[in-house]
Amino acid sequence: MRRHRLRWWEALPWIAGLAFYFAFPDYLGFGCDLLVTILFALSLDLALGYAGIITLGHGAFFGVGAYTVGMLASYNIWTEPITGLLLAAAVAGVIGFLSGLVLLRTTGLTLLMLTLCTMTLLYEAANMAAAYTGGFDGLPSLPISPVFGVFEFNPLYADTQYLFALGVILVCFIFVRILVYSPFGQSLTGIRENVLRMHAIGSPVRRRLIVCYTISAALAGVAGGLSAQTTAFVNLAVLGLDRSATVLIVLILGGYGRLYGAFIGAVVYLALEHFLAQIYPAAWQLGLGIVLVLIALFARNGILGLGETLWQRFGPRRAAP
Amino acid sequence: MSRHTIAVIAAAGAMAIAAGGATSQAQAQDVKIGLILPYTGPGAELSPEMDKAIDLYQKLNAAQIKPYKLTIIKRDSKAPNGAAAKIDAQELLTQEKVDVLAGWIYSPDAIASAPVVTAGKRLGVIMNAGTAFITNLSPYYVRTSFTLWQSSYVMGEEAAKYLHAKTAVVAYTDYPPGKDALNAFKYAFEHNGGKVIDAIPAGGPEATPDFTPFFQRVKDEHPNVLFVFVPAGDQATAVVKTFAALGMKAAGTQLIGTGDIVPDDLLQGMGESAVGLITVHHYNADLDNPQNKAFVAAWKKAYGPDSTPNFTSVGAWDGIAAINHALHATKGKIDDGAAAVKSLEGWKFNSPQGPIEIDPHTRDIVMNEYLDQVVKGSDGKLHEKVLATFHNVKDQCKELAIGPCAPKK
Repeated sequence: MRRHRLRWWEALPWIAGLAFYFAFPDYLGFGCDLLVTILFALSLDLALGYAGIITLGHGAFFGVGAYTVGMLASYNIWTEPITGLLLAAAVAGVIGFLSGLVLLRTTGLTLLMLTLCTMTLLYEAANMAAAYTGGFDGLPSLPISPVFGVFEFNPLYADTQYLFALGVILVCFIFVRILVYSPFGQSLTGIRENVLRMHAIGSPVRRRLIVCYTISAALAGVAGGLSAQTTAFVNLAVLGLDRSATVLIVLILGGYGRLYGAFIGAVVYLALEHFLAQIYPAAWQLGLGIVLVLIALFARNGILGLGETLWQRFGPRRAAP
Repeated sequence: MSRHTIAVIAAAGAMAIAAGGATSQAQAQDVKIGLILPYTGPGAELSPEMDKAIDLYQKLNAAQIKPYKLTIIKRDSKAPNGAAAKIDAQELLTQEKVDVLAGWIYSPDAIASAPVVTAGKRLGVIMNAGTAFITNLSPYYVRTSFTLWQSSYVMGEEAAKYLHAKTAVVAYTDYPPGKDALNAFKYAFEHNGGKVIDAIPAGGPEATPDFTPFFQRVKDEHPNVLFVFVPAGDQATAVVKTFAALGMKAAGTQLIGTGDIVPDDLLQGMGESAVGLITVHHYNADLDNPQNKAFVAAWKKAYGPDSTPNFTSVGAWDGIAAINHALHATKGKIDDGAAAVKSLEGWKFNSPQGPIEIDPHTRDIVMNEYLDQVVKGSDGKLHEKVLATFHNVKDQCKELAIGPCAPKK
């Protein structure tokens, strides 16, 4: 029971998030990108980190969410941002449920390939329907209504977008936190650790996995919808392999199966990428690559895992019971 | 020390101070240009060509740029997802306080950046992105590159008029420039009595496909001409080699396309297979005009005899020339975007590609298109021979107001 009690330092990321808003008003566009990536990584963590569903195609749900918001706004059918995100979550959740019914019969490499295929099929479908989706060129200048009918999105200084995105991921994070510490979340960890034993004790493994995959897809859909709203733009890249691969790296970098891995990974990865690219527009990938190699060699459990190891070795020793 | 020497030293000192004062008074006004290009990702091979052209322009035209000083701030727009380019545009405007934005190789990057450019009220010079309707998205956009409608529309007309073709097959890369090329060619060819009997989407822009199955299908259909659009690069070489390997010329089909299938920097590598190809484009490195002769000679002197400028370099060259014009026309107040755009409406310039003009209504480029044929020169190298010149070609997509260029309700 002690694990899920709120600890004082859990407020830190949110204080940092607010501090960023006041300290760096020129960086809020980047900040929005960061928040979207955190939410997307969090959704992947639920599937990959907690339930052990290995997927390389999580961008499928991100893309479905982004296109739900984007197409509804582009054709002036639905431009309200909060309900837009709920719709994105619903559509992505349905796609996640339907594909999960089929895909989760497989495991390992087969599952990896099939998730990739699902995303590629959606990509091609969106390309073939370019008359409606805008294809590679995308849907330009999406009209998004003001939040609560008052706060307009600002194209130059992304201040409203940033606070809105921060609010959205706070709500999503609280949901995920409750979920993973619930008995349902505990059973997911059990499935990841030893699926045979979970079968043996009578746990409905497949049903649990499908529910988890659906929730994860819906959250990815919210991240995609948020991306469409904050950038006022969607194109085929939201369904591309690039984003799915990046979010996987982000999660592994931060540490998967830990609530705050998504936060640490996204901040480190995106900050490195952003500031190295400002200094060396053509050679920034080298610096990022070196950091990733070092992490892979010396910190198998990501940055949070590394911190934990160091804490256990050098931190204050607990008194013997 | 004699009194005389002291006087001389004092005088020299006074002169030095005066001179120092004079230089600081005439100090160049620093103009910041934010350059948004993909330095990494699939478009990375094009950005250095544009950088080279921009550097070369500043070197050769230092006298024309005076008394201003251009500072280029580069940002990487990464993969063509729009988001990265948009953040670049925001930060260049808010952090670096640039006076002008420029660059944009990929159309989605320019499309996503449009609201930022509008909100920032700064001139945005599009140096490459070719989707026709982009200039409609922001009143601050001016384009110095091209649209696919310009070359493909002329090619469609000339396929019927010059080559007397009755039937055509179109093979295109399945993304917006390819679709633009298809629509423009088809519209012009069919309005001049031809018939497009098949249109084949041949893969995406990022990987080079095996063109054999596509071209075999074309061979079985026996059209008079095969019109191909692929992005200038490795795909172009593959198209030309596959066409030759299948013996399609002997079977009675002429390969035609936009200049993208014979990019200047790759032409020599294509060898014999390229000889006889007919294309329409706004630039080739062999164009016979004094500006181009000087441009190519300076390029080869600066970057080596085997380096050849191509149409992307010229887009950047014309773009920086446009910025320089706006700078002088507004007397240094180029950060007033509306005035800068106004100074460029109707601007005429002798570019290496021939005379160009910015259309005062659409802010898009009006330029010559050339019907070219690849020939083998007496020096053993491949050259482009101009068969015919078409003057003052406008973007037909916006002229005809069709498809995505139609005015929004």
